[in-house]
Amino acid sequence: MSTERTNSPVMLSVSDLTVAYGAITAVQNLNLEVRQGEIVTLIGSNGAGKSTTLRTISGLLKPKSGQITFEGETISGKPGHEIVKAGLCQSPEGRRIFPRMSVDENLELGAFLQKDQELIKATRERVLDLFPRLRERIDQKAGTMSGGEQQMLAVGRAMMGQPKLLILDEPSMGLAPVLVDVIFETIEKIRESGTTILLVEQNALAALRIADYAYVLESGHLKLEGYAKELADDPAIAAAYLGGH
Amino acid sequence: MTSTTASAPRASVNVGKLLTRISIVLIAAVVIYWLGRNFLDSPTQFLSVGITGLSNGALYALIALGYTLVYGIIELINFAHGDLFMLGAVFSYFFLTSFLGAEGATPRNYAMLGLTLVLAMVFCATLNVVIERLAYRRLRDAPKLAPLITAVGVSFVLQFIGLKWNGSAPRNFTTVLPQTSFTVAGVVVPWNALAIISLTIPLLLVLVTLVNKTKQGRAMRATAQDKDAARLMGIDVNKTISLVFALGGAMAGAAGLMFAQSVGTVAYNIGFQLGLIAFTSAVLGGVGNLYGAVLGGFLIGVIQGFNDGLPFGPGQKWSQTVVFTILILLMVYKPAGLLGKATTEKV
Ligand SMILES: Nc1ncnc2c1ncn2[C@@H]1O[C@H](COP(=O)(O)OP(=O)(O)OP(=O)(O)O)[C@@H](O)[C@H]1O
Ligand SMILES: [Mg+2]
Repeated sequence: MSTERTNSPVMLSVSDLTVAYGAITAVQNLNLEVRQGEIVTLIGSNGAGKSTTLRTISGLLKPKSGQITFEGETISGKPGHEIVKAGLCQSPEGRRIFPRMSVDENLELGAFLQKDQELIKATRERVLDLFPRLRERIDQKAGTMSGGEQQMLAVGRAMMGQPKLLILDEPSMGLAPVLVDVIFETIEKIRESGTTILLVEQNALAALRIADYAYVLESGHLKLEGYAKELADDPAIAAAYLGGH
Repeated sequence: MTSTTASAPRASVNVGKLLTRISIVLIAAVVIYWLGRNFLDSPTQFLSVGITGLSNGALYALIALGYTLVYGIIELINFAHGDLFMLGAVFSYFFLTSFLGAEGATPRNYAMLGLTLVLAMVFCATLNVVIERLAYRRLRDAPKLAPLITAVGVSFVLQFIGLKWNGSAPRNFTTVLPQTSFTVAGVVVPWNALAIISLTIPLLLVLVTLVNKTKQGRAMRATAQDKDAARLMGIDVNKTISLVFALGGAMAGAAGLMFAQSVGTVAYNIGFQLGLIAFTSAVLGGVGNLYGAVLGGFLIGVIQGFNDGLPFGPGQKWSQTVVFTILILLMVYKPAGLLGKATTEKV
């Protein structure tokens, strides 16, 4: 079921990435790879630098040094909108939906760079089928929805951009346990439809369960990496990152 | 409700509310009496004065939009905006009157007026985009005070350009728009007021449609709400902000031309006063809200018109006092402005 890592071409490659906020270095000499068709997860405790890494990949932060390439092209240093154009969409930490716009408008913004109206419509239907709750609230102002509903919107909105690589930063945050399962099933469905996924999750055990490959970050450094199944079975990992969840 | 009022005894809260209500009712009663008595005394004069007020209000609305658009997207009170309007007026004098020699209402001159309107809009739009690019963009993540002071600086720079260009004395000229009026059922309607109102309304409609109905407009609203999230949608945030400055500038350019053509005089310092009144309009309507800027502009124009032109009232020398008293009263009772949102968003 899981893709053999060595077979697929490299889609995203992060090499020697260092990112700093002023004097504080948040990520140091990070190397990671996402291959086509994979679900890759980045785990680590609070403040490890996961969101910083994702924000840098999406062009919201400028790296201090290092290089990021997407499908062979360097994207580090490019502005965010060009990275989206290349096929990389992100559902950011904290949802960041547009609160004063309706659910529908949020979804349409997700497809901002898309030209094919038919495809937009079809994707919108797919998103609304995955999250029927959004269909019920389609004209509601996004800012008045519950946290969980907003989270679904954030994931759906990122799907509207036809990403080749979908980045999800804590997509299950604030969701009820039953909805967490729905989100993880959804992520697997998205992958089955051909989208590659880079996932950051508090719920590391669940992430390891659906992922092919995993990287573990600790205070900005890469602590270890390996096949998700193997990491999930590693008692040391379980003790450090999977306890309590 | 703040924690201090919440912990205060219930009775005092109610007394406060009651006083507020009573004072609102009293103010409303005085205003209604004032307007009603003037209307009954002389309905035709009332309407004439109202039309003049609307035409001034249209200019305020056009300028107010520039404040509100920019505030809406980067939370900057662009103090230089009034001076941009001034340069629009000076430009249109030099281009239309001095360069094209268009004086007096002839068909050729009307065509030239149309051309100058477009050019004044392009001129101010370009200038505003350049100002944002050079002065404000690099301060976008700086503490709020830095761009604010920069805007004050830009205002001085623009005034200086106006001073060098137009000279220190006001310049009088013959306008293309006729300075005469016509009478309908006893109501005197100045031609230039009619021209301004009928030029402004389509501009306002185009702008509102652009912001609310087009893809670029949606990008503007998204950028206003969350810049990083907008970037993640593939929106070019810098380009979008430039577009907002262009739109605001274009409205100021149009207002500049219409102002010059309605009063027949331009001076390097007209930006300060009109800018201040337009800014007041934006705040009155709820800064950041497009409809608020339009409503605020027309309201202040009409109030000023009534105040200055009605036989029974405070009169012109109280004009500014009345406008700012209204602003202060509104800020006390409704700090977010008439159409502003007082509540914070759920995060
Ligand atoms: N805007 C900022 N300015 C300064 N420091 C920041 C900023 N954002 C994050 N940091 C710091 O960078 C480090 C990494 O933060 P980051 O948000 O990437 O962590 P994370 O792994 O996503 O954590 P979490 O699991 O809590 O989301 C933290 O020490 C954090 O305090
Ligand atoms: Mg994070």
